[in-house]
Amino acid sequence: MNQQICLNDVKPGQHATVSALQSTGSMRRRLLDIGLIENTDVECLGRSPGGDPTAFLIRGAVIAIRSEDCRNILIHAL
Amino acid sequence: MGLTNSSMGIKAVDSGLIIQKQTPSDKVVALAGNPNVGKSTVFNGLTGMNQHTGNWPGKTVTNAQGYCKTKKKSYVMVDIPGTYSLMAHSAEEEVARNFVCFGEPDAVVVVCDATCLERNLNLVLQTIEILPRVVVCVNLMDEAKRKNIRIDLSLIAKRLGVPVVGAVARKKKSLSELMGALDHVTDGNSQPTPLSVHYPEIIEAAISKIQPLVLQKFGGRLNSRWLSLKLLDQDESLIREINAYLGEAFLQDKELKDAITQAKIQLTEQGIDVDRLKDLIVSALVKNAEDICRGAITYEKHNYAAADRRLDKILTSKLTGYPVMLVLLALVFWLTITGANYPSQLISNGLFWVQDRLTDFFQYIHAPDWLHGMLVLGVYRVLAWVVSVMLPPMAIFFPLFTLLEDAGYLPRVAYNLDKPFKRCCACGKQALCMCMGFGCNAAGIIGCRIIDSPRERLLAILTNNFVPCNGRFPTLIAILTMFFVGTAGGAYSSLLSAVLLTAVIVLGVGVTFAVTKLLSKTLLKGVPSSFTLELPPYRKPQIGKVIVRSILDRTLFVLGRAISVAAPAGLVIWLMANIMVGSSCVLNHCAAFLDPFARLMGLDGVILIAFILGFPANEIVIPIIIMAYMAQGSILELDSLAQMRELFVANGWTWVTAISTMLFSLMHWPCSTTLLTIKKETGSWKWTALAAAIPTSIGIVSCILFATVAHLFG
Repeated sequence: MNQQICLNDVKPGQHATVSALQSTGSMRRRLLDIGLIENTDVECLGRSPGGDPTAFLIRGAVIAIRSEDCRNILIHAL
Repeated sequence: MGLTNSSMGIKAVDSGLIIQKQTPSDKVVALAGNPNVGKSTVFNGLTGMNQHTGNWPGKTVTNAQGYCKTKKKSYVMVDIPGTYSLMAHSAEEEVARNFVCFGEPDAVVVVCDATCLERNLNLVLQTIEILPRVVVCVNLMDEAKRKNIRIDLSLIAKRLGVPVVGAVARKKKSLSELMGALDHVTDGNSQPTPLSVHYPEIIEAAISKIQPLVLQKFGGRLNSRWLSLKLLDQDESLIREINAYLGEAFLQDKELKDAITQAKIQLTEQGIDVDRLKDLIVSALVKNAEDICRGAITYEKHNYAAADRRLDKILTSKLTGYPVMLVLLALVFWLTITGANYPSQLISNGLFWVQDRLTDFFQYIHAPDWLHGMLVLGVYRVLAWVVSVMLPPMAIFFPLFTLLEDAGYLPRVAYNLDKPFKRCCACGKQALCMCMGFGCNAAGIIGCRIIDSPRERLLAILTNNFVPCNGRFPTLIAILTMFFVGTAGGAYSSLLSAVLLTAVIVLGVGVTFAVTKLLSKTLLKGVPSSFTLELPPYRKPQIGKVIVRSILDRTLFVLGRAISVAAPAGLVIWLMANIMVGSSCVLNHCAAFLDPFARLMGLDGVILIAFILGFPANEIVIPIIIMAYMAQGSILELDSLAQMRELFVANGWTWVTAISTMLFSLMHWPCSTTLLTIKKETGSWKWTALAAAIPTSIGIVSCILFATVAHLFG
């Protein structure tokens, strides 16, 4: 099986498409609320000075997500 | 939640919602919307009120209400906290959901951000599922235009089946269309027929099993289709509210229970458990929103947010993020200190001129000495000091800070500081609460509601006091200026003051991190929870309005507090200084009693008493110290910082005293209002006591350590 890639693998400036959401509980609902469903396009905008969280452009809004949470957002091959 | 006259101080404590109609025929309208879409601006525009606005998500955490009239009707407008969805996850989202669902509003206005309309429609769709009388107000049309985003409002209105109006809420005139739509929606003659969100067939089938029963059992108080969906969805907090609203018996109904169980079995057979169901519901909403916007919104410029991205590169990059933050903080302080000098002098001259005239008047009417002492030398003089020393820095710092807030910088601070906060097992949003704390710790503590995890919220509440509030700034500034910069004035010295003050704040932030970490490892054990933070587009702040508004608000606030707190404190301190017991006054006895302990901390008895008497408001600490020294000594004229310094030095102050006093000002018990707010927010005296004990013990220990070391080497 191929190594699954997640939002952490997207570098600033790159786009990716969500393939599956593995987050659970309230984080899952929060991500769904902001429109992060399968096949949503996400653009990585940049990282905060500490290297984490990372800012993503999701459906026209800039949302910062921590790397732990990005790990659960799988994407299609870049 | 913002910092306004009504959100600070004791008024911040009470936040329950009781709709107050002015006349029985008033229509109740809820203002809903995603966080940070300008709901409060719409609210202010409609009601003429001054609910604080600021460019960050989560600013409004409680319901506010106001009134507005059209030619036909009068309305009670309720500004509810911003929420992405009505499937509540956090305390403030629950407030929003409960009001839309159970507050029985006559209509709901869903305010949307034109630059991000598709995502905002998610909430619109959820709202029209609950009640049909909805008006969609697409705010920030000017920003969309600037970014070359074209929106066909009438097409969207046709697809949604409810009125959709555009607005630029900063311009009041643009809200007239909204009011027209509201008049139309609430007049009762026309029942709007909004679009019904289409769910996957399997869910539709399950809904249709329950819906007829719901409708039959319970009529139309809540939309039956929506209620059926929610019964399948099993949202616990919502079920609780439904129970409270409809009575427990409703969900205990056997027929209904059976139908729900059956529908669920059917769903499970098809591989849809509760989580999958929630996913399908949300995905359906998002897809419906996509469909509605298809062809109705066109982005003419691909890179419409390029300017924002460039700014983000400077404000949040690895290289410049932190330095820019420090420089901005120091710049705000520098402007505050430089700007405050002159008006401070002016106000002080004016107020003490009045004091002399008051004295003349008391002599003229041959008033007894004690009356003159009590009212003029006690009450009036402390009041005058509070106003002249404290007001100018506050009135300048505040609008500057509000400008940064309006522009959208504060969420970037939270973004920059999330990593260090995560190291302390806490949440970056705590940085936003700290920023609020600069204005008023009570407001900062209410602001902690934006943090979802209860553990992380408690961390933020317990440590908020390490950020010096507006009431403590002027104390720090005065001491810094007197003892470390020199009172001669000039650009260089105010720059030095600003840098030193920034250092004090950085120390406070450092202590915040340390205490947060310590609590995370002991009393409030846990791992950092997950976290999303929206970084809103930068907006040009409404400079003129911000300045006028916040100076006015500040002035009113400080004056109000001066009268309610400083005046009685002035009386008490005068009495203490003038009632003699034995050979010495009460004040001296108290000071002498506390003196040995205070000396250990590098302070003296008077300073410690001032902090104790300053419990109702930190603003009065310095005035009490002055008053006490003057009562003991011989210097009677005091109208400049230079003279104040002389007075302090004559009473034994050294640089050690000055630093100890600043340390203790930064770290001691929160003021009474803040403690009341903590009690209210945590619901527990235990946490409230801890919130006082932590900073106090840290303050005492660091003062003692510092004083001991300083005396050893000095």
